[in-house]
Amino acid sequence: MLRKFLAAAPLAGPLGAALLGAGLFAMAAPVLADTTEAPLKDVHWSFEGPFGMYDQQQLQRGYKVYHEVCATCHSMNMVAFRNLGDPGGPFWNPKYPNPNDNPVVKTIAKGAQIADIDADSGDTIRRPGTTADYFPSPFPNVAAARSANGGAAPPDMSLLAAAREGGAAYIYSVVTADGSKAPPGLTVPNGKFYDPELPGDVSSYYKGNPHKAPVGGFIAMPPPLTADRVTFDDGTKATLDQEAKDVSAFLQWASDPKMEERKVMGLGVMVFLLLFTGLLYASYRQIWRKVGH
Amino acid sequence: MSDHPSTYKPGSAIERWLDTRLPIIRFGADLMSFPTPRNLNYWYTFGGILAFCLVVQIATGVVLAMHYDPTGAGAFISVQRNIMRDVNYGWLIRSIHANGASMFFLAVYLHILRGMYYGSYKAPREVLWLLGCVIYLLMMMTAFMGYVLPWGQMSFWGAKVITNLFGALPLIGKPLTTLLWGGFAVDDPTLTRFFSLHYLLPFVIAAVVGLHIWALHVPGNANPTGVEVKSTTDTVPFHPYYTVKDLFAISVFMILFAVFVFYLPEALGKVDNQVAADPLKTPAHIVPEWYLLPFYAILRAIPDKLTGVLALGGAIAMLFILPWIDTSKVRSMRYRPTYRVLFFVWIVAAVTLGWCGSQEPDGKIFPGDAGPIFIDYGINTVTWLSRVAAFLYFGYFAITPIIGLIETPLPVPDSLYTPVLSHPAGVPAGAAAAPETKG
Repeated sequence: MLRKFLAAAPLAGPLGAALLGAGLFAMAAPVLADTTEAPLKDVHWSFEGPFGMYDQQQLQRGYKVYHEVCATCHSMNMVAFRNLGDPGGPFWNPKYPNPNDNPVVKTIAKGAQIADIDADSGDTIRRPGTTADYFPSPFPNVAAARSANGGAAPPDMSLLAAAREGGAAYIYSVVTADGSKAPPGLTVPNGKFYDPELPGDVSSYYKGNPHKAPVGGFIAMPPPLTADRVTFDDGTKATLDQEAKDVSAFLQWASDPKMEERKVMGLGVMVFLLLFTGLLYASYRQIWRKVGH
Repeated sequence: MSDHPSTYKPGSAIERWLDTRLPIIRFGADLMSFPTPRNLNYWYTFGGILAFCLVVQIATGVVLAMHYDPTGAGAFISVQRNIMRDVNYGWLIRSIHANGASMFFLAVYLHILRGMYYGSYKAPREVLWLLGCVIYLLMMMTAFMGYVLPWGQMSFWGAKVITNLFGALPLIGKPLTTLLWGGFAVDDPTLTRFFSLHYLLPFVIAAVVGLHIWALHVPGNANPTGVEVKSTTDTVPFHPYYTVKDLFAISVFMILFAVFVFYLPEALGKVDNQVAADPLKTPAHIVPEWYLLPFYAILRAIPDKLTGVLALGGAIAMLFILPWIDTSKVRSMRYRPTYRVLFFVWIVAAVTLGWCGSQEPDGKIFPGDAGPIFIDYGINTVTWLSRVAAFLYFGYFAITPIIGLIETPLPVPDSLYTPVLSHPAGVPAGAAAAPETKG
């Protein structure tokens, strides 16, 4: 049916398809100029593909890594505690359709200290969190974050996976990079770490032919993870690789919390549209059957 | 609306009463019974598809505006936190709206190409064509301003690059940019006025679409043969014949649309736009949306800024003057063997320009060295490819008046119905324009 749709006209199906393909390619293709970074490490994710979903256990472990390691420097100001109990979230429990009733979520929220204004005195206070609160930021403002981190403010993590080419694989590659090893001839600036998978240009720090400079870039974040940095509640062994995968998956969820809902609805829409299109095609053939055209 | 005799018969007393006061039912009935050439192929369904796109964009846009905050401090949060996470089905509505813009342009490009191929712009349909060009121009303005609204990095820097283009114009350049910005830089007032205009322009588009359809119904549809309708055997009523065909095409189009909405919602966007706008941090590569890339490539191909801006405008202006530079008496490229080949070359040039627009100016076409430097860039660079493609793009329009005079067209059928009856062999590109064997 689709072939006929494309082939039914003298503008030629292949042309239309090529045009569409070329157009889509042009916009989807990353800049193909000189490669300036090493390819990202290849990781298999449970959320890949049209049917892929999040692994809830992994999201819970990832949350723990985020909470105990990342959150000491990075904010995540678009995610509220209640979101942890949303469908598809790390602590979603069908027993609590309203995530504000979810005891795990409530406990996590209560454990946080939220900056607030006392309604009676007007003083700045810190109070225990509620499920409606957004994740508190580790620094009161960007200037403070910059000052405490050698001039580079750690980026907000709410959309980190969506804001980097490669998404979760990018985050995995960055947090597993061994920042202590720089290629010979490359002077790593003070307070920076070298990572071959980062986009950037290190040629001005390289002694030798600048055209032969190593790929990659510098990052102000020290390698954040080590083995056994956290203790997983489900007994999974906390290797560096495990922690990195789990936190990358968690950050993917934070960037795209509606993915499961989207894919489930998409399947229904696709099935409907295919049937509907078939019916319309049958109607078309029926109505035109006696009319030459 | 048109000179085809009305066949509407008011069926009830109230219809007769209304018909003498506001004949709106007659108007609708006449639209539905409008005599339409029986040989319109699937390339003619994009008009209906575009109407569908406009309705979808307006409907989703109105809902998004309910949740959107057009301020520098609030825009990014209102989109990424409120709409994408908290508003019920906000992610769906935004995905439809954002991907809908791309779908709209995909359809409008195919619609324009169809008009060019079959010579739909020729007399007596020049006004119909001009109104279409106006709609396309309005669409580009609307889409550009819409892309600014999420106030991500690419929104902000795209706005900066595009508004700066107007600064290249002599005399009016500076005051015009100040007016666009609402100040001396892209800032809150820019965002607010872009939001206001982004809400306004779709309704202007809808109005011009009304005129476009009116201008269509005066001469009636053109058709793939380019031969005008001569008798009633050449036509069928619009309903049910073309309502069902258009609906089928819209449904196929919706499948592609849904693939993007549900499975590739961010594939057509840039990751930089998931970072809030930061006036102090320029993204590594500032690239417009795919549908503007060919024009962006033409702009960059020319080293002088003002000339580049004029070439960009000229690339669009070529479409406006097409009815008057085409000297051929033959309408459809089915019967214009030379011009048809040039047309496909032109399409390749336009797509190549689009690819060039997505690349860095000094990117290599073939792996390896940039090649010997000619004027400013090596010949093996995107810049030189885009110059060659831009030359072909404009060359097509330059040669159009000459081709019309020297080309020997193929024999044109006596009526649009003749090829339907005789299963012609001379269809271009080896595709089956032949009627269906069944029905």
